[in-house]
Formats: sequence, structure tokens, C-alpha cells
Amino acid sequence: MQYSSQSVAKPYFIAAIGLFVGQILFGLIMGLQYVVGDFLFPLIPFNVARMVHTNLLIVWLLFGFMGASYYLVPEESEKELHSPRLAIALFWIFLIAGALTIVGYLLVPYARLAELTGDSVLPTMGREFLEQPTITKVGIVIVILGFLYNIGMTILQGRKTVVSIVLLTGLVGLAVFFLFAFYNPENLVLDKYYWWWVVHLWVEGVWELILGAILAFVLIKVTGVDREIIEKWLYVIIAMTLITGILGTGHHYYWIGAPEYWQWWGSIFSALEPMPFFLMVIYAFTMVNKRRREHPNKAATLWALGTAVMAFLGAGVWGFLHTLSPVNYYTHGTQITAAHGHLAFYGAYVMIVLTMISYAMPMLRGRAAANSNKAQVWEMWSFWLMTVSMVFITLFLTAAGVLQVYLQRATENPLPFMVVQDKIALFYWLREIAGVIFLIGLVVYIISFFVGGESKKWKTRFDAL
Amino acid sequence: MSEIFTKSMARNIYYGGSAFFILLFLALTFDTSIALPKRDHRENITPQVAQGKVVWEVNDCVGCHTLLGEGSYYAPELGNVYKRRGGGAFIKAWIKMMPTNIPGRRKMPQFNLSEEELDALVAFLKWSSEIDTAGWPPNIEG
Repeated sequence: MQYSSQSVAKPYFIAAIGLFVGQILFGLIMGLQYVVGDFLFPLIPFNVARMVHTNLLIVWLLFGFMGASYYLVPEESEKELHSPRLAIALFWIFLIAGALTIVGYLLVPYARLAELTGDSVLPTMGREFLEQPTITKVGIVIVILGFLYNIGMTILQGRKTVVSIVLLTGLVGLAVFFLFAFYNPENLVLDKYYWWWVVHLWVEGVWELILGAILAFVLIKVTGVDREIIEKWLYVIIAMTLITGILGTGHHYYWIGAPEYWQWWGSIFSALEPMPFFLMVIYAFTMVNKRRREHPNKAATLWALGTAVMAFLGAGVWGFLHTLSPVNYYTHGTQITAAHGHLAFYGAYVMIVLTMISYAMPMLRGRAAANSNKAQVWEMWSFWLMTVSMVFITLFLTAAGVLQVYLQRATENPLPFMVVQDKIALFYWLREIAGVIFLIGLVVYIISFFVGGESKKWKTRFDAL
Repeated sequence: MSEIFTKSMARNIYYGGSAFFILLFLALTFDTSIALPKRDHRENITPQVAQGKVVWEVNDCVGCHTLLGEGSYYAPELGNVYKRRGGGAFIKAWIKMMPTNIPGRRKMPQFNLSEEELDALVAFLKWSSEIDTAGWPPNIEG
């Protein structure tokens, strides 16, 4: 660690991992409710478990992005963070606000929560992923603004690199598009149209800039490849991302009331959306092959390569699978969507945060360049357990989705939703088993932090330069 | 990548391409906003329909159901439920009798909605079922 203020990243990473555990536990509850419909009812109805599952994901990824930024920016800017105290204060505000919101979901009926938090003043609740009470949303804006100020001041007063500018662009975009969460018109069609400006333009837009910047940073560090080369790749990848992804928003406008021409715009541009992810795979492997040094943190390199591959599969391949409008006509709102959502979020965003944690945490904990061999072996086991089980979750949901599409939408005699759900229950059971393996992988991941042994140093002084 | 393709070229494609496609997206959004009134029939959004959307939201219906295919995949699509169930009477009766007592079946909570709220929700679902969704869903089962 080159700058002492980078240490503020540590609590962010710890909180991220803690919330990740919560997310998975609620995922398992939901998965079981798919096949044992009265499990934990009425204590935790499905919709509550789902809110907790998805909101925890968003919050822990934001913790991860913030922690990654606090670690990366001082090193890129070659100066201490503008205000480490602000970073710590915002950490506690965000954690407490997030925890209170989750507790609110669990303890109070949702309608009562809306009443208690004054949703009627500015109604924003009850929309997918944006279930947070309006006051929580205001809190999120305040935390992000404070965070942007801190990061922005550091970047602007220090050395400006492509990595830090792209990161900052992504973070500013994250803040700007979140503001559409406050726009909730009476007209459902308009509501949905602009709801996607938060959701799609986050995950298939500005978040990819954040992903690209973090991946570039880690690749520069672990491979020692000339920054100029990595930055050129980064520009090409994010250019492709935005060129395809902005109009790719159209794939959400096929069936919500928008004009039919979106079927053309959406199909053509989102069919190109896998390209930046494919480039990312080639880039990550090329950089690692061209490495000019042997970084002792093998686990971080594995996570970095894994991010590129799994993001390509989840966001690229599984996205393409149902993005063309004639296909989407049948698959829209089925388990195919769920399959894609799981692998894309895991491959792109979960894995990039875990990549950064893997790279940075040893230094944040005062170890040399990397954890001991033994600890890295545990970490790599967790990589494979989580990644392979997520692939299986995706495959089982895809199988469920294909059957659902056939039985409910594509046959001569379509069956009602609940009848179809009963017929495909086997795949939900298999998904739940894969989910349990994922949890085991996560437990192994956490154990890896407590495995001791002598931490790894650079082999030679030349390597560390 | 060869030396012919420089970093500044890559940067220019990033800035130029992004700017172009943001503007194109805004232009298409403008055109969509002109086309929408004929498709969403906003003249039919009465105060009751608006109230129904609030009832839909504050009870987090989207946490289990889909509406025009968006939401959760745990319970049936409701964008066309008004047509599937032949009007509002079934919808109201169904909501009132929740939760079902069938062991192992997926459960919908009892929301204790007032008669006024139920009527508003039905009005909202009726309006939703009349949106021009380009022929989606493929059949009445949603």
C-alpha cells in the first residue's frame, strides 16, 4: 500500500462481504419458496425475501465500488485521498441507512413502511429494484455525492490517468442516472420507460465503465504491462460498450407500450452488446500472457480472468440468447430472464468486486504483496465453487425457462402459469442445490481470510517496480 | 493492436461514439414521447387509475408478479389479468380470499385492502390491459 489513506477501503470491503452473505441466504430462502410455497410464510413472504436479496446485492456492490475507488484513486492520482474522515463518516451513514432499510423490509409490512416513511409526499417505492423508501433514496444520493466529491477532488488535484478518469465518468453516470429513480409518473408506460434509465443505463452502461477501470487497474498491477497498451484497450472496450449499450436499451422497450420501431433498434444494437465483453476476454488473457512480471497474488489474476470470461458468458451470451425481439416475444418475463440476470450480475459485477478485494485486501491487512500459498488455495477453491455453481444455477433456470416458454406460450394449448410452474419444479430443486453449493463456496471464501501462513513477497526487487 | 491504431484514436472513438449515440437515443426518446399518447391512452388515466397504481406500488405487487413482463417471475403476469379473468369481480374476490390454505402452494399475503382500494387497483389493471403492447403477451395466459 503506497498511501495510508487507501486503508479506508478496508471497512467498505468487509461490509460488502458481510452483505453478500445476507444476499445469498435470502436467495436460498426464495429458491426454496419456489418449490415449497409456504416456507416461512407469512413471516417472510416471497416479495420481501426478493427485495432483501436484490437490494443487498445493489448495496454491497456499491460498497465494493466505493472501496475499490478509495483504494485505486490515491495510487492512480499519486496523492492521499482528499478526506479519509469523510470516507469513514459516509461508510457508517451508508451502512446504518442500508441496515435500517433492510430491517424495515423484514419487520414492517411494506405498505406500513411506505406510510411511516412518507412515501405519499414523493412516491418512488414499489418498483422493482427501487423498493427503498424515498428517504433512503435521498440518503443514497447524499452518500454518493459526498463520495464523488471526495474522489473527484483527489483525481482533479492529482495525476490524471485514463483509469481514474474512466472510473470517475462511470461514477458520475451512476449518480446522474440514479436521479431517474425519483421520477415516478402516474402513467405506467412513462414510469417503465424511464425506470430503465436507472436499471439498464446502470448495468449495461456506466457500471461497465467502473468495471473496465477496476479491471484495467488490477491488470496493470498484476501483469506489469505498459499502461499505454492497457489504456488503449480500455478505451476500445468502453467505446463499444456505450455505442452498443445506449441504443441497446431498446430491448426493454419492445412490449411496454413504446413504438414498434424499438424492436429494430433494440434487436440490432443489443445483438452487438456481446462484442465489448468478447474483447474483454481477449484483452485480459493477452495482457496476462504478455506479463512482464510474476505477481505473487495468483488468486487475484484468477479472479480478473474469471471476470472477463463470466461477464462475457452471463451478460454477452445469455443476454444475446433472448435479446432479439422475435425471441423475446416468447421469453420476456420468464425464467430465461432470471437465468441471464444471475450469471450477468455474478460474472460482471460480483466478480470484479471480488477481483479488487483479492488484489487489495492483503496489502490493506499489512501483508506483503499477497496472501500465503495456503490462503490463496482456499480462495481459489471458493472461486471455482461459486463460479461453477452459478453456471449450474444459470443452466437449470434456462432449462426451466425453455419449458416454461414452451408450455405457457408456444404450444397449441397454452397452460396457466401456476400449472406450468408445477411441471418444471424439478429444475427449481436442482437450482436450489446449486445454490447451496454456492453458499459453501462463499463460506470457503470467508475462511480463506483466516488462513494464515507466511505472506508472499515479490521474488525480486525488480519485480515490484 | 498495431501501432497504426493509436490510443488517441481509441479515445476519439469513445468520446465521439458515445456522444453520437446519446444524441440519437435522446432523439428517439423525443419521437417516442410524441407517439406514446396514442398507445398508452393516457386520457383514460382517471384519479382512480392513479390511485390504483399507488395501491400496486405500496403493496409491492411487483415483488411476486410481472406487469407487462417486468417484475418477479414467482406469480402470474397481471398486465392482461383483467381480460384473462373477464373483469374485476374475480380479481377482487381473489385478493380478498388470500392466503389460500393449500399446503405447499405459493402464498399471496392478505393485504386487507379497502373496497375503494380494490376498485382502484382493478381500474389500474383494466387501464394497463388496454396499453398497446405490440401484441404481447403471445396468448391470454400471459
